[in-house]
Amino acid sequence: MRGSYSDSALPADLEKIREEIRRHVAQYGLDPFEVIFEMVDSDQINSLAALGGFPVRYPHWRFGMDYDQLSKGYEWGLQKIYEMVINTSPSYAYLMKSNSLVDQKTVMAHVYAHADFFKNNYWFSMTNRKMLDTMANHAVKIRNFMDRHGQDTVENFIDRCLTIENLIDPYLPFSGAKKRTAVSSLMDPQQEQLPAEPGRFKTERSYMDSFINPKEFLDEQKKRMAEKIKKSKTVPAEPQKDVLSFLLEYAPLEQWQHEVLSVIRDEAYYFAPQAQTKIMNEGWASYWHSKIMTERVLDDSEVIDFCDHNAGVLAMQPGRLNPYKIGVELYRDIEDRWNRGKFGKEYDECDDLMTKAKWDRGLGLGRKKIFEVRRVCNDVTFIDEFMTEEFCERLKLYTYAFNRRTNQYEIADRDTKKVKEKLLFQLTNMGQPQIFVKDGNYQNKGELLLWHKFEGLDLDSKWARETLRSLAEIWKRTVSIETEVEGQKKLLSFIDGEFSEKFL
Amino acid sequence: MIYNIKRDHSRFRQIVKGKIKQDLKKYVTHGEMIGRKGKDTVTIPLPQIEIPRFRFGEKEQGGVGQGDGKPGDPVGQGEPKEGQGQAGSSPGEHSLDVDLTLQELAEILGEQLELPKIEPRGHRTLKSKTERYSGIASQGPNSLRHFKRTFKEALKRQIASGTYNPDRPVIVPVKKDMRFRSWKSDVRHENNAVVIYMMDVSGSMGDEQKEIVRTEAFWIDTWLRSQYKGIETRYIIHDASAREVDEDTFFKTRESGGTLISSAYKLCQKLIETEYPPSDWNIYPFHFSDGDNWSGEDTRVCMDILEKDLLPVSNVFCYGQVESRYGSGQFYKDLKEHFGTEHDSVILSKIENKEGILQSIKDFLGKGR
Repeated sequence: MRGSYSDSALPADLEKIREEIRRHVAQYGLDPFEVIFEMVDSDQINSLAALGGFPVRYPHWRFGMDYDQLSKGYEWGLQKIYEMVINTSPSYAYLMKSNSLVDQKTVMAHVYAHADFFKNNYWFSMTNRKMLDTMANHAVKIRNFMDRHGQDTVENFIDRCLTIENLIDPYLPFSGAKKRTAVSSLMDPQQEQLPAEPGRFKTERSYMDSFINPKEFLDEQKKRMAEKIKKSKTVPAEPQKDVLSFLLEYAPLEQWQHEVLSVIRDEAYYFAPQAQTKIMNEGWASYWHSKIMTERVLDDSEVIDFCDHNAGVLAMQPGRLNPYKIGVELYRDIEDRWNRGKFGKEYDECDDLMTKAKWDRGLGLGRKKIFEVRRVCNDVTFIDEFMTEEFCERLKLYTYAFNRRTNQYEIADRDTKKVKEKLLFQLTNMGQPQIFVKDGNYQNKGELLLWHKFEGLDLDSKWARETLRSLAEIWKRTVSIETEVEGQKKLLSFIDGEFSEKFL
Repeated sequence: MIYNIKRDHSRFRQIVKGKIKQDLKKYVTHGEMIGRKGKDTVTIPLPQIEIPRFRFGEKEQGGVGQGDGKPGDPVGQGEPKEGQGQAGSSPGEHSLDVDLTLQELAEILGEQLELPKIEPRGHRTLKSKTERYSGIASQGPNSLRHFKRTFKEALKRQIASGTYNPDRPVIVPVKKDMRFRSWKSDVRHENNAVVIYMMDVSGSMGDEQKEIVRTEAFWIDTWLRSQYKGIETRYIIHDASAREVDEDTFFKTRESGGTLISSAYKLCQKLIETEYPPSDWNIYPFHFSDGDNWSGEDTRVCMDILEKDLLPVSNVFCYGQVESRYGSGQFYKDLKEHFGTEHDSVILSKIENKEGILQSIKDFLGKGR
C-alpha cells in the first residue's frame, strides 16, 4: 500500500501543520517513531479499523462482520473514528478526510504521542515493528492454504484457533524462557513399566537380602518410584499459560494447521501490549494532545471546537470507565505530586489533611516522573502504584455489582481499596480468566487437561463448553478443564462429541 | 490500499444467510422481521455471532464506574457494557442487525423450501423501459458532457485547422466540439402479476389467526416479488359483505358480522374484470378464512364463481384455512369435495398454528404456477 496511491498523502496545508506539530513534539521531549500519515475516507477507515489497522490481513469473516457493524454505526451517526495509528516503525497513521482542521491538528498531536509510547514503553519493546509486512505475509500464507485445502476447511480451522487466541502469556516475551524441547510422544507404553526391583540395595550376600531390603521397604520404594515417574512424565512439568505454544508443540496438527495456529499466536502476541497498556497509552496521547494544542497550536477561533471535542473524548458514561479519562487524569496527578513532592515517607506519614493539601516542596520533578512512568509501567502497575485515595475521591470512582434481586447493576462501594482491587483484577490478564495447560497426557490417555486458576469468578459454562468443543477438534481427543463452581472443584469435559461435568 | 474487506464482508453475509436459512422456520414462525421491513430490505435481528472463549459469567463481574450516587443506587443509563474499556468480555445479549434485500430473502426461502421457479403464463405484453447510457451525441445537457470526447473533437479540429501548437498545447473547445453521453431506451417485455388477498374478518377470526395470515402473506409476497418484476397487491376483507382496503387495514380490522364468502369472490372477480385483463396479468387470488360460511347456499355460489369466473383467469387459486376455535372448517371440506386435491389450479392448505406456516407456504408455492 505504501506509495501505491498518491491521493492518500497529506495535502500541502496539513503537511505544514504536521511539520509544526512534529517540532513541538520534539521540543517537549517526546521521541516518537517517524509517522507516515495517510488520508482516508470513512469507508477506508472503517475497513482498516475492522482489520485492526492493517490494510492486508488474511481473509476471515469476522473482519467483515466488524466492518458491517462499524459502517452501520457510522451511517447511523453512532460513532466515528477520527484516527488510527499502528505500532510499526515507521508508524502509520490514518486520518479521516472529513475531520475539521482543528480535529486534524489534535489528532496529529495525539498520534505522535502514541508513536512515542510505542517506541519507548517497555511492554512494547518485544513487538515486531515490521508487522505490516508480517501481516501481509500471513495473508499470503493463509490464502495459499485456502487455495490448496479449500476456503471452508481453512476458515473453519481459523475459527477453532480464534477461540483460544487469548490463551497466551503476555509476560512470556520478557521471561527469557527457553523453548521446551519437544517430546516425541506423550504416551509411551515402554516408560510406563516400572523397573522390576525399584530401590533395592545391592548386596553380594543373598542371605542378607531380606534384611537389607525388607518387603515393606521395597513396597514403599516402589510406590515412591511410581509417583516420581508419574510426576516426571507430566507434560508440562508445571502449568503452562501459553496454551497456544503447547498446542503447537504437541497437538496432532497437519503442517498447514500448524502454520495457521502459529500465525494466530504471532498476531495475538503482537496485539497483547496494546491491551496491557490501554489506559496508559490513551492517557499519554490525550495528555500530550491537550498540552500541545492548548499551549502551542490552537488559535483563538479554534478553542471552542477543540474543547468541545476534547470533552467528548474524555467523557465518562455511568458504569463505564473511559481509559482516556482515567489515563490523562492519572498522569496529571502524578505530574502534580512529583512537582510538589507529594510522595515519600514524610508525606505518607503526615496526618494533617490541610498540610497535605497545601504540600509543596517545589521539586518540579513532575515531567521527568511521567516520562519515567510511560517507560516502565503497564496498566496494572500504573494503577497499582499511582492511584491514590485522593485521586479516587476526586474522580468519584466506585465499584458496581449486579444485584440479582433488583436485576440491575448497583453502586457497591466507594472505598479506594475496593476500587483499586476491582480495577486491578479487571486489568490483570486483560480481564480474562487465567487458563493453564496442566497435563497433556491426562489419565495417560493423551487427553488434554486445562486448569482455570480460580480467583473468585466462575467461568461462563456455556462459553466454556463451546471453547472445549473447539479445542477438542484441535487436540483430537478428550479435552477437560478443571475449574471451580460455587467453591467446589469441577471438571468440565468434552468427550466424543458430548459434554460431561463432574465434581472432583 | 488494497483491502480485502469487501470479500470478508460478503463472506460474513454468506454465513449470516446460512444461519437464517438454518433457522428459517423460527423466523417465519415468529414473524418478527415483518415489522422491520423497509422499502427493499428487511432488517433481521440475529443473535450476535461470537467466537466462543473462556470468559467469566455474565453479570458476575461488575466493575468500576465514575459519578455521583451512594451504594445501592442503580448505575444509570442501561447496562454498563464493560467494567472497563479493555476488559475483554462483554456481557449482554447483543443482537446483530443484518439487512437483507427482499430478493435475498426470497432466495433463502426458495432454496430452503425448494420452491420451483414460477413459469409465467400469458403473453409478455407489459413493457418496461430501462435507460442505458450507451452512445454519444452532439447535443445534451451539461451534466452529461463527455469531457474526453469533447477534448478529442477540439483537438482534431485545432490540428486540422492548424491552430494547434505542440509547445503550448492549449485546447479550446467550441460549441460544435461538445460531446455528450446519450442514452438508449431498452424496452423489455415483462410478465406482471397481481396478488389479491382476501380475508375473512368475521368475529371468529382472532388476532392469532390474523397474525398467521399476515406472516404468510408477507412470505408469499416476498417470493412472488422475486419472480415477477412489477407486482401489485390488492386486499379484500369480508364478513357478510366485502370491501377493498389498504394493507394496513387488511391486517388490523376486526368485524363481527356473519360470513358470506361469495361477497369477496364477487368483488375479486370484479376487480379482475375491470383492472387486470388476464391476457396481460398473472393473477393470484389468495383467500384466508377459518372455514365458516353462512350457508350451504352461499358456498354453492362460491363454487360457481370460482369455476366460471376466477379459475379460468387465475394462475392458481389458493385457499388457506386457519384453524380457529370457533370455525367449523367446513369450507375446506366443501372445496375439497368440489375440486379434489389434485386440481390443477386450486391449492388448498390448512394452517393449524404458527408452526404450520412454512409448510403452508410450500403448499401454495411448491407447484411453480
